[in-house]
Amino acid sequence: MATTFGSRRLVVGAHYGLRDWLSQRVTAIVMAIFTLAVIVQVLMPGPLDYYRWSAMFAHQWMKVLTFVTIVSLLWHVWVGMRDIWMDYVQPVGVRLALDVLTIAWLVGCAGWAIQVLWRL
Amino acid sequence: MVTSLKEQMVSKPPVYRNLAIAQLASYRLPAAGWVSILHRFSGALMFLLLPFAIWMFDTSLTSEVSFEQFTNVFAVGAGKVPAWFFKLVAFALIWAYLLHFCAGLRHLWMDATHAVDLEFGRMSAWVAIGLSTLLALALGAKLFSLY
Repeated sequence: MATTFGSRRLVVGAHYGLRDWLSQRVTAIVMAIFTLAVIVQVLMPGPLDYYRWSAMFAHQWMKVLTFVTIVSLLWHVWVGMRDIWMDYVQPVGVRLALDVLTIAWLVGCAGWAIQVLWRL
Repeated sequence: MVTSLKEQMVSKPPVYRNLAIAQLASYRLPAAGWVSILHRFSGALMFLLLPFAIWMFDTSLTSEVSFEQFTNVFAVGAGKVPAWFFKLVAFALIWAYLLHFCAGLRHLWMDATHAVDLEFGRMSAWVAIGLSTLLALALGAKLFSLY
């Protein structure tokens, strides 16, 4: 492999930054599409009672979209909260504990939301 | 004397902080700075309110009975917690969501178009704050049954 930056090692980086940047945007677009899908259906004429509201989430395509949105949310919030902990919490042990709690909390919340979605 | 002062200056370079706590009140943050910190604040707030959001998702969808529970909380409250408190929390969620949404669209627009000049940054920051606040107020008025 041709390199122009030395012979001892390949300086390529781990691309964590790019991956986080890109996943933050892709997951945001997924959630924006979900938001539009909900708004359009809510704005349809007629009273918004339980039947219309639950019927919205009864369609298989809406279930899939909601599922993808929940997973996107999980990922998006993880990147965001990790940034916040990295910026404001300096002690490594405390930061690690907060990271672990955040992951556990988010996975738990996502599980709850997915359970709600698929028992309809 | 002079040498020692110089030595002191060399050995202890001045420390520049971003901002001291006491300066926060008088510091005039530009609009883009407000969007930036509010983007972060609204994100953290939604993270904390995530269980409330999923609870609303759960009770509003699971059954007619739970839907009744969901609407009751906003009509008469739950236990000792009054209804206005739940409405206030819901309003905070709405406002945070809209602000985060608008600030995010602003980022996506900048990424897609490479619109990175000062004027666009300022103008789009005001649009993000203004639009999300107007929408939040409109939805909040509906939530508090003002119309």
